[in-house]
Amino acid sequence: MSAQLSKSVDPSTATIERPDYSIETITSAAKITVRHLNFYYGRVQALFDISLNISERIVTAFIGPSGCGKSTFLRILNRMNDIIPATRVEGEVLIDDQNIYATGIDVVELRRRVGMVFQKSNPFPKSIFDNVAYGLRINRMTSSKRELEGCVEQALKDAALWVEVKDRLKQSALGLSGGQQQRLCIARALAIRPSIILMDEPASALDPKATSKIEELIVELKKQYTIVIVTHNMQQAARVSDVTAFFLLGKLIEVNLTEKMFTNPDQKLTEDYITGRFG
Amino acid sequence: MSDFKRIIAKRKRQDFIFNIVGIMCTLVGIVTLGALLTDLLMDGLTRLNWTFLTSFPSRFAARAGILSSWVGTLLIMLVTALTAVPLGVSAGIYLEEYARKNWVTNLIEINIANLAGVPSIIYGLMALGLLVYQFKLGQSVLTGGLTLAFLILPIVIVATREALRTIPQGIREAAYALGSSKWQVVRHHLLPYSLGGTMTGIIIALSRAIGETAPLITIGALTFIAFLPPLPVTTQPPFLSIEWLWSPFSVLPIQMFNWVSRPDQDFVVNAAGAGLVLIVVTLLLNAIAILIRYRVRKRIKW
Repeated sequence: MSAQLSKSVDPSTATIERPDYSIETITSAAKITVRHLNFYYGRVQALFDISLNISERIVTAFIGPSGCGKSTFLRILNRMNDIIPATRVEGEVLIDDQNIYATGIDVVELRRRVGMVFQKSNPFPKSIFDNVAYGLRINRMTSSKRELEGCVEQALKDAALWVEVKDRLKQSALGLSGGQQQRLCIARALAIRPSIILMDEPASALDPKATSKIEELIVELKKQYTIVIVTHNMQQAARVSDVTAFFLLGKLIEVNLTEKMFTNPDQKLTEDYITGRFG
Repeated sequence: MSDFKRIIAKRKRQDFIFNIVGIMCTLVGIVTLGALLTDLLMDGLTRLNWTFLTSFPSRFAARAGILSSWVGTLLIMLVTALTAVPLGVSAGIYLEEYARKNWVTNLIEINIANLAGVPSIIYGLMALGLLVYQFKLGQSVLTGGLTLAFLILPIVIVATREALRTIPQGIREAAYALGSSKWQVVRHHLLPYSLGGTMTGIIIALSRAIGETAPLITIGALTFIAFLPPLPVTTQPPFLSIEWLWSPFSVLPIQMFNWVSRPDQDFVVNAAGAGLVLIVVTLLLNAIAILIRYRVRKRIKW
């Protein structure tokens, strides 16, 4: 890889008119700032000198071929890689101007602010209600049973699941369909009111109908949340995201406004990947 | 073409032969067990009645009973379970969820697997040296229970770890992502979801311990005992007593061992009766294990 490849483009310098967003929205203050990040699984380096800004209340998509490090990078943003043994991080990740890898950072508190939805829906084998209420309970976010019920209802509504499950909240979450389970996981993440939501290929295991529901939901959610989504599906990135970052072999090749990325990318490699010449 | 047919016919024949061999092998096990049980039933049932269960051993076969030995078995199992379960489950959780994976934990892991295979009499010798002579716990219920707890500890640890491993990593990640601490992940998710596997392992381990004779004889359990340990409840405050822990004891398998080694045929029948009780208790334990596993599996499907 040449030095030119690892050069990233700051979306704040990209100027292109978008019909539904003024450029001010796109260039709003960075919610997440990553500086010179290297990541290692044991002795194997998985990410190389990544620097990037992620803006507030927009959808940022990470694309790239399998094994390019996009999921690993996503999991760095809520320190999910901490639970994998022998991993190591170098560099800085600032969220709301606070380095989350500094000593003394409370990981539990960080993960409350940075929610996550996983590739494979992973509801707890508990009732639908208890799944959504779990985060509220352990973080002691509600003081009464009524408040708890209200929060659970709101989260399920935000995840567009309320109508389908309101009559069976006490039933096991494992009885839901795949798409419903994934929306339940989104509701569970929303319930504790994070400001950032990380989504790791949230629709890759779902059929087209369930996928489009999730995508509509993502577009709806970005009004309130900063969303970072990893996706294999480039059409999906094009449909839901405002900014797209392209990863290849652990390096960040290009960050750009999604429209520009998919029509006229700055890097040759990006163009090759998007047009399907490799990957 | 005929070549092809011949090959197919040959394969079918191989299948058929293996089927027969398999059935034979299975039958050897089942028939032997069946014969043993029938023999035990024929001998033992004649002796099995209320008096047999509520009498102390005696030098007259007709008057001898198994009261002190089944009470002993019960108390020993109580001590064993109360010690081995918390220790074993905690150790299993620690090794699986908390411990760093390095050569020390690898070494511990290999040794635990080996410990599960150590002959039980070795545990008896260790308990005799350590618990009886060193810690002066005496030839008591406490010593017996602890000895069997040592014996089944590796089985409980391994069962706990196996049960934890069946829980998908995604569940741990989901809990962490919501801001759980490690202890909350263990307490709210891993423990309840692995309960089926852990309980099954514990009960299998206990049903192994209940039949153990050698280590208890080694530490000096009595073969003839005509009194019961003191009651765990008293009439005076604090109403609970742990006196029974220091009481001498006998257990069912030792009682049986004692009886079969007598020349008098009537005592051998007594042994069959005691054996029957032991088998019923073991089968009951196994039935509970199966029931728990079934219920948990119905509730949780990954």
